[in-house]
Amino acid sequence: MDDKKIFEEMLNILRVYTKDQAALEKATLDKHILDDLKVNSARLVDVIIKCEDVFGITVEDDEADKIRTIGDAVNIIKQKLG
Amino acid sequence: MNKRVVITGMGVAAPNAHGLNNFEKALREGLSGIRFHPLLAELKFGCQIVGVPEDFETIRKSYFDREKLMSINDNIGYASVSAVDAWRDAGFSMPDADDDTVDWDTGVIAGSGIGGMDTIALSVVPLVNEGRVRRLGSRVVEQVMNSGTSARIGGLIGAGNKVTSNSSACSTGNEAVIDAFWRIRTGLAKRMIAGGSEGASPYIWGGFDAMRVICRKFNENPAAGSRPMSATACGFVPGAGGAMLVLEELETALARGARIYAEIVGGAVNSGGQRMGGSMTAPNPEGVKRCIRDAVNDAAIDLAQIDAINGHLTATYADPIEVRNWAEALERAPDNFPYINSTKSLIGHCLGAAGAIECVASVLQIYRGFLHPSINCEDVHPEIAPYASKIPQSCMEFPELKYLAKAGFGFGDVNSCIVFKKWEEK
Repeated sequence: MDDKKIFEEMLNILRVYTKDQAALEKATLDKHILDDLKVNSARLVDVIIKCEDVFGITVEDDEADKIRTIGDAVNIIKQKLG
Repeated sequence: MNKRVVITGMGVAAPNAHGLNNFEKALREGLSGIRFHPLLAELKFGCQIVGVPEDFETIRKSYFDREKLMSINDNIGYASVSAVDAWRDAGFSMPDADDDTVDWDTGVIAGSGIGGMDTIALSVVPLVNEGRVRRLGSRVVEQVMNSGTSARIGGLIGAGNKVTSNSSACSTGNEAVIDAFWRIRTGLAKRMIAGGSEGASPYIWGGFDAMRVICRKFNENPAAGSRPMSATACGFVPGAGGAMLVLEELETALARGARIYAEIVGGAVNSGGQRMGGSMTAPNPEGVKRCIRDAVNDAAIDLAQIDAINGHLTATYADPIEVRNWAEALERAPDNFPYINSTKSLIGHCLGAAGAIECVASVLQIYRGFLHPSINCEDVHPEIAPYASKIPQSCMEFPELKYLAKAGFGFGDVNSCIVFKKWEEK
């Protein structure tokens, strides 16, 4: 799966959790999930679970803790998908 | 000095109607909300009939966005929809998502009897037992915590006063209203959303089925199953739903020109101590009578002034005892006994939501001046027969209805009684 496709899927996943929908529409890889998209921090665990389901991967807690931006998530997913 | 407390908004999700207009119509028509529930037959329940709000999934989806819906189980759904309806009915609008204002004068008391059992049964237990606890995600705690309903409602309206959830079995909804009434009366809040809710789940009803306290003889004729005060009553019909009332300090209600449904003039809560004939499951008659008298005394009226009773009256062996307790507490003989009806005859016993839904029924009756029929008691129980003429069998116009007493009793031998007064502009 190429980066663009992973990025698009990530936006789909984040859509339901994002308070600032306008920010999501113009999101780029460097956008911070909590600060820029205003996702509630408690919901990050749900975002990770959804990523696991959508991409068929397992994200360890230590890896999840390092995700700050959409790009961080895309990189981890890309790595997992090989 | 005590503040006067009035009701300025109501919302209801009952088994026989959603919304005040529909609910009033259902009450007037004696419309039963009891239906056959195929899942209970499949699960081999003795009682296969229940009162559950119809098509509520669709209703819930029309109120909340996808993000919120993921954290709204059955119980919280009934509570939240009722709260939104009540808030709007009181003349307020729901704050926008980006509104950062806190309303420090408004609080919430929203109770449940058992609550988020569906989430526990369908998510928590299986995933934990399978060793997949991580898959529970972030949304379980807020749905199973006892304060899940009040927490959700508080966030919806930005409530900054006391936000809590009470629980006192089948007395829960009444007790929430009384606690909110006291909070405003003593000046601690100007406005409270108060009520109760209960999810629709076989995991809630199972325990009652096992106790054989619910109706097992009317699976073929659901609408006839809930039979308070009847000689052929054979246990209560379980129900689900929710209702919320907006209680408000009279001064603020008048200042903003709010429509006033009724005044709450008295309330009492007590326990029979599980002594003197009382137990975990049965009320001590002395406790019940004290509670009724305390409520009437609190209202500062004479016992003789109560015009109507909306009873607890569940359709168990306890109904004749309850009627006797009312008669003794109010010192009224059959010929001057107040009119008495049971909303449970129409909707079943909605447990933690019962008191709240029935308070809405009580307030609608006093506001509109009518008494709804207490259905399925054409064969009045022999011990209640002397009072038969006081039980409306069809809708009765009653414009002179001024004081109505509403009681609720629950497991744990807990009692509650509220006295509503017709609002009369001076």
